[in-house]
Amino acid sequence: MVETGTLRVKTGLAEMLKGGVIMDVTTPDQAKIAEEAGAVAVMALERVPADIRAAGGIARMADPTVIERIMSAVTIPVMAKARIGHFVEAQILEALGVDYIDESEVLTPADEEHHINKWDFKVPFVCGCRDLGEALRRISEGAAMIRTKGEPGTGNIVEAVRHMRAVNQGIAWLKGLSNEELFAAAKDLQAPYELVKWVHDNGRLPVVNFSAGGVATPADAALMMQLGADGIFVGSGIFKSSDPAKRARAIVLATTHYNDPELLAKVSKDLGEPMPGIEISQIPEAELMQERGW
Amino acid sequence: MSTTKIGVLALQGAVREHIQHIDALEASGIAIKWPNELKEVAGLIIPGGESTTIGKLMVEYGFIEAIRDFHATGKPIYGTCAGMILLAKKITEGDQPLLSLMDIEARRNAFGRQRESFEAELDIKDVGHRFKAVFIRAPWIENVSKNVKIMAEFGNIKVMARQGNLLASAFHPELTGDLRIHKYFLGMVKEA
Repeated sequence: MVETGTLRVKTGLAEMLKGGVIMDVTTPDQAKIAEEAGAVAVMALERVPADIRAAGGIARMADPTVIERIMSAVTIPVMAKARIGHFVEAQILEALGVDYIDESEVLTPADEEHHINKWDFKVPFVCGCRDLGEALRRISEGAAMIRTKGEPGTGNIVEAVRHMRAVNQGIAWLKGLSNEELFAAAKDLQAPYELVKWVHDNGRLPVVNFSAGGVATPADAALMMQLGADGIFVGSGIFKSSDPAKRARAIVLATTHYNDPELLAKVSKDLGEPMPGIEISQIPEAELMQERGW
Repeated sequence: MSTTKIGVLALQGAVREHIQHIDALEASGIAIKWPNELKEVAGLIIPGGESTTIGKLMVEYGFIEAIRDFHATGKPIYGTCAGMILLAKKITEGDQPLLSLMDIEARRNAFGRQRESFEAELDIKDVGHRFKAVFIRAPWIENVSKNVKIMAEFGNIKVMARQGNLLASAFHPELTGDLRIHKYFLGMVKEA
């Protein structure tokens, strides 16, 4: 018997992406630069998060034409974003044949109570989280991959670090609990008991966890890997910098050898200007993307 | 008797799962990040991942020559999915760094995109029946030379092969709990 769209096939692709860098691209040329630099996948977008932030208004799924052009430009997997809760955008992305859907806080949410029921789809989903409870809620809805949110489009790593540390602390805390305490823990985390028990028993998330939202330099990527990320999403950090091809390559190399300071020093040299960053306290609270999702 | 050490090329991809399978067989799985670490191991697994990414990193760090030398000493190598592509003499489309060790031609993403990824049971020569095989954006094997032994087919598509001390599968035995293929590879290493 042949089975498609199984959980093992969905989480399996994420396992294959481990130790790699997924890059936001808006054109076929950018997608080719990313592939040439060694990206394991690209995220097809109309605008990178920094430009979405600057433009304001409602951010929606990209035009299918943009996504299809990028899909035909590269041989690596192509991901695309749907709005939180917008299951029809997700249906469209699945029909286009994208390899992964990101139910993303970078776009304006379509539903302020419910995320997409991701079990309804054969295509796998990645979702953002800020802590362990949020990660487990997304997994219970069918997410086959998790990424910590950070604060997209800022070039500021501080929120990515906060969220990765929060997930790690949550896991360490669960591991230390006795079996009787897991029921109350599930209530605190607002997550299903079975997933809470799995994390307690195994000491990690049941799916791959990448870092997103603020990576701008090879050092940022290595920092997130040393903090325990399985891989890296880079959004605006590459194509908002002065030399995208060189920076993309450097971030790929830093993600592989994240524990090797001498190599990190070498690849960090002469990369030109990074993307201009934003201090988080300068962003009005209503414009924080990480607050989207429940 | 000392424990057999099997290296898993750790540039990118499903490294952890292969190491867990090797460790479960009372051998020792070791992540290989630099070419000089190859001298510590008796066999090498090239894992699944993105073959373009792994290939570029292999060139960057001198692994192409180092793994060819490793092969020349008669030590076995097993490539899964991306690893199978990297072992192949050539690929049907595109241009990317290859080890070009095995007389097979591989077609990348041959089954299609992720929505076409699937699981199926295979009968594998010398390994066993009803092996749950996980195919993820998987390649397949075309045009093999006579000295390549086909070990498994899905329908009439070639998905696993052996040539001397080289083993290749289009699917991912590391994503299931079935240790039979890793055991078979460990047998190749012990005989080498």
